[in-house]
Amino acid sequence: MSNITNQSLSEILESINSKKISSLELTQAYIKNIENAKKLNAFVTTTFDQALENAKKFDNKPNNDQLLSGIPLAVKDLFCTENVKTTAGSNILNNFVPSYESTVTKNLWNNGAFLLGKLNCDEFAMGSSNETSFFGNVINPVGDHLVPGGSSGGSSSALAADLTPATIGTDTGGSIRQPASFTGTVGLKPTYGLCSRWGIVAFASSLDQAGPMTKTVNDCSIMLEAMSGFDEKDSTSINKKKESYSKNLKDNIKGLKIGIPKEYRVDNMPKEIDELWEKGKKILKDLGAQLIDISLPHTKYALPTYYIVAPAEASSNLARYDGVRYGYRSQKGKDLIEMYENTRSEGFGDEVKRRILIGTYVLSSGYYDAYYLKAQKVRQLIKKDFDDSFTKVDAILTPSTPSSAFKIGEKTNDPVSMYLNDIFTVPVNLAGLPALSLPAGLDKQGYPLGLQLIGKALDEQKILNIGYAFEKNCGYKNEIKKWWS
Amino acid sequence: MSKEKFDYFINGEKGKYEVVIGLEVHAQVLSNSKLFSGSSTKFGADPNKQVSLIDSAFPGMLPVINEECVKQAIRTGLGLNAKINNYSVFDRKNYFYADLPQGYQISQYKNPIVGEGKVLLDMPYGSKEIGIERLHLEQDAGKSIHDMDPSNTYVDLNRSGIALMEIVSKPHLRSPDEVNAYIKKLRTIMRYLGTCDGNMQEGSLRADVNVSVRKVGDKNFGTRCEIKNVNSIKFMQMAIEYEANRQVELLEDGKEIDQETRLFDTKKNETRSMRSKEDAHDYRYFPDPDLLPLKLEQKLIDDLKKSLPELPDNKKERFIKEYGLNSYEANVLVSEKEISDYYEEVAKLSDKKLAATWMMGDLFAMLNDKGLNISNSPISAKNFAELVQSIKSGEISGRIAKDVFEIMVESGDNPKKIIESKGMKQQSDPKELEKMINEILLKNKDKVDQYKAGKEKLFGFFVGEVMKLSSGKANPQLTNEILKKILKG
Repeated sequence: MSNITNQSLSEILESINSKKISSLELTQAYIKNIENAKKLNAFVTTTFDQALENAKKFDNKPNNDQLLSGIPLAVKDLFCTENVKTTAGSNILNNFVPSYESTVTKNLWNNGAFLLGKLNCDEFAMGSSNETSFFGNVINPVGDHLVPGGSSGGSSSALAADLTPATIGTDTGGSIRQPASFTGTVGLKPTYGLCSRWGIVAFASSLDQAGPMTKTVNDCSIMLEAMSGFDEKDSTSINKKKESYSKNLKDNIKGLKIGIPKEYRVDNMPKEIDELWEKGKKILKDLGAQLIDISLPHTKYALPTYYIVAPAEASSNLARYDGVRYGYRSQKGKDLIEMYENTRSEGFGDEVKRRILIGTYVLSSGYYDAYYLKAQKVRQLIKKDFDDSFTKVDAILTPSTPSSAFKIGEKTNDPVSMYLNDIFTVPVNLAGLPALSLPAGLDKQGYPLGLQLIGKALDEQKILNIGYAFEKNCGYKNEIKKWWS
Repeated sequence: MSKEKFDYFINGEKGKYEVVIGLEVHAQVLSNSKLFSGSSTKFGADPNKQVSLIDSAFPGMLPVINEECVKQAIRTGLGLNAKINNYSVFDRKNYFYADLPQGYQISQYKNPIVGEGKVLLDMPYGSKEIGIERLHLEQDAGKSIHDMDPSNTYVDLNRSGIALMEIVSKPHLRSPDEVNAYIKKLRTIMRYLGTCDGNMQEGSLRADVNVSVRKVGDKNFGTRCEIKNVNSIKFMQMAIEYEANRQVELLEDGKEIDQETRLFDTKKNETRSMRSKEDAHDYRYFPDPDLLPLKLEQKLIDDLKKSLPELPDNKKERFIKEYGLNSYEANVLVSEKEISDYYEEVAKLSDKKLAATWMMGDLFAMLNDKGLNISNSPISAKNFAELVQSIKSGEISGRIAKDVFEIMVESGDNPKKIIESKGMKQQSDPKELEKMINEILLKNKDKVDQYKAGKEKLFGFFVGEVMKLSSGKANPQLTNEILKKILKG
């Protein structure tokens, strides 16, 4: 089974459960891949010894009744992992070892998986290209000059390069879906509150949501089922019965109404994106779905709204990194204020500082009403747009991103053009809805492009079903050449 | 009593000034665990022994509201006759300090859990109503310790995250005496409710004091200064007195008062500027996205209302009606729940009025003397009732009762037993008394003659001699009667 790591999670699970391969063999195969893929810089930390230990433990006493029996998984370095360094891609946490495990990762381990390593990401998940990480940028396996998207860029890169059978990321404004789109993988941002935020380094609390990144829609449903669930330690967690997404996965979408919002276009958007969208519509129509033109009139305000709300919350969430109790502390400074100033100046990177400044500004007295309060009102309007549409349609189809993966360094000096990359993903976070990014085609350079399916709150099953049907009929095949090994 | 006698005005050359005071009282909620974490709130633990990952703001930690603290705030609101808001919001108050791990305090800003209410004060000039503006829940910060090391500051986070109720009064207070009465009344109400222990030494009750002055008769308020974090009533009164006089002096000199935050220096007995309005923090309040708005079911509020204990104002009224006490006595006896409980137990078994007199006199003096509370009084309510009854029935005289009381304090014994064993019973047998009186009169024939000649002052002398002869046990009333009869005859 030399190419076991090429396979999907569900195929691997089958091999494990039928004892065609041991967990140890599987783990060793991934470790080999990871060691050969250092160029991609997808990992901040590897936990090979611990993983091999866990694999052996599983093989000695296999429990195959679990969703993720014997599966090694690498996860975004934003999830706190007990006794394993957790950096959030930042210098300010570069020596931080939590004494606790995030609820979401604990759920994965409780379902039979174990940790393979921690994946690089934009610093505090702030970025769309994984270039803001203190640990260096991550390279997209699609091409050595391409960004893997962000902020879950280590996750998308590792997944596409077969360094982990599946992974998890977090999505505040597109940080799962955009990198999935850039690497030809499947990424789901669940409904806000479906996955616990406890133990995830916070960026913007009202938007952050963890979700799966996988090779197939079926894999995605397995991972979502394993990681989600009510958590009393998170006050915003939704208390509802757990669903069996993988068991209930169906490819019959006949009669479903798919909304096509006219506002999901930007100036100078490559024609290929439009063509991709058309292709997606046709596939769904051919499967018996009904396409309905809809309007989400406040879409154009989503990005500016997001860039007020997210930095505002971030400026407050990141106040705790002050060098007093844990993490990096500058040795310079003669009093408390100087210690703060130096610690935070040296500990945070430029993008994080930029957002702290924006956030501090929009919350300041005299500006609060004009910015933060106004943004909250617009956010309600954006949410209402979706609510209104969902009285008419079952799901909404849009492109995931306005372009394919861009070049490393291309947008680093132009934050606004970088932010524009999130234009199709951000409205979903503001509305707290679930959305799935599916690989749908390649542009003329051969770079992957994704389509996004947006669902009603807690309607993950429906968009997974549509995605499942789409996937079967799309004919997309990810053929990444392993140029790095 | 006339109000004028108690007016608190400051006389300047240019006029008479009135002092306007509003208080922001921070009362620590009585609860086993903190407002948003499971850590213990017990006072006096070793530094940093009651700190969870949430209290120390580790990455990814989230607050979860402690329902008991919410209930305590509702109870307190009900005790202040205030409106309970079915919808309230927790906000973040952002600022940096070493003992504030999150970099923000979770508080309530625009939508507090409790709205307007009122508190009644019993002043010598009658009752006065003080308006409550609001009550909100918030987290306490930790403690910075600057004097343990010459060059380092240490931080103790045991207090970090403990629930506080900030109770904001309207600017209705007009003198240090009213402030004293107000704080005591708040404390009493909260102790009755069991929502705050009111222990000022342990910091369970502290206040920021807002002071301004204006000429008597002025309708507009003057510019106010806020004196931060004063932790005893005495210091509050001293700070107000100093601050009001400072402001009057400024006005008299034709200067303006800067709106600022000041600190009270308890050693120098003066207030000092801490920061001016221009330097005021911009706290960047915004709703905490980690917490959903707090929505209260009306049923919860109604149920809590039904389960409230009798509050001091109601109890006072009942004491007046049921036990025939005057307003002053009733006030004193309801000032602490434990005192009122003790009194009611005594009053059930003895003369109600006499019980009040003896409690407020000898019992309180003794407790005060020994630094004890009513709850650890060496005399049980039952024994105290028996003592009162022994006085009332004439078994012992008031004077003897004081001796019995002393012995009760020392031994904790039952008064009957003491009276019995020490032979302290009052002599009320008329024949015995007559015998003693005759003996005295016989011994003092010359004085009897003087008395009869008109020197009536000597009557007291004869009584005293009888008392001496009886070792104080002669029934004074009977002795008087019989003595009078004999001297007349």
